[in-house]
Amino acid sequence: MAKAAAKTKAAAVSASVERRPALAGRTLSASGVKVEVLPPAERISLRAPQASLAALSKALGLTLPTKPKTSATKDGRTALWLGPDEWMIIDEARKDPLADCAKVTVLHSAVGISHRNVAISVVGPAAAATVNSGCPQDLSLEAFPVGAASRTILGKSEIVLLRSAADAFRVECWRSFSDYVFTLLSEAAGDAAN
Amino acid sequence: MLLIRCPYCEEERPELEFRNAGEAHIARPTNIAAESDDDFEKFFFIRANPKGVIYERWRHIHGCARFFNAVRDTVTDRFVMTYKAGEPKPAKLPGASK
Repeated sequence: MAKAAAKTKAAAVSASVERRPALAGRTLSASGVKVEVLPPAERISLRAPQASLAALSKALGLTLPTKPKTSATKDGRTALWLGPDEWMIIDEARKDPLADCAKVTVLHSAVGISHRNVAISVVGPAAAATVNSGCPQDLSLEAFPVGAASRTILGKSEIVLLRSAADAFRVECWRSFSDYVFTLLSEAAGDAAN
Repeated sequence: MLLIRCPYCEEERPELEFRNAGEAHIARPTNIAAESDDDFEKFFFIRANPKGVIYERWRHIHGCARFFNAVRDTVTDRFVMTYKAGEPKPAKLPGASK
């Protein structure tokens, strides 16, 4: 009897459980740089051969970049070049790029990864120094201009890095790594400010 | 830190983004079931391991994720050149004296 009651109670509790995104609301301000978690976004991983690019670009509403380390942005949707036949599409306007790709009949593979990733913004004059504390790439404006995007590493974790402005980066990492990435960036922010 | 040129990203990237993937240009036998044990051992286990210039496969795993081939000197650890996977072994190395 007590067991049954406990069971009902557990069911009632889980029914009211709120979904809490990883790192929700975490933010850190140091002098010269601010690190904060960005709101959830729609994301897909897109693999496609050269012949399919025109049709996919039309369906997604932006031209898929074909040059290494570049990205294209239009109406809140960004396409990041990750490899010769691989892109990551991030949509911050809450429009599903997966549905857009589903209408396309040419050869491609689109996989929804919205919940796999967590995005962290690093903004401020010391943003590049903060990211550079764990990322070995040259982040000077000549080598990594605004709009440049690349898969790389930050400390022990793989990230996708996008420079959205001269002093702003978007760091995309897997959600299970997000605590590590955020903590590393927070520690680095304190050092970079000095 | 070593800088390695990725032929797909078309630029030099820090070595932390790369992984070594063993010796390059090892042709897989077309009929592996018919291989003798000795031939299979040669194909599967025996590597040149030279002192000097070696042809290797590398993978830009934390970048474009592509495999490519690299020519490296095992004594100085210098990368002589890199080229895309599937391309033939370069006949002449840049800066070679002979």
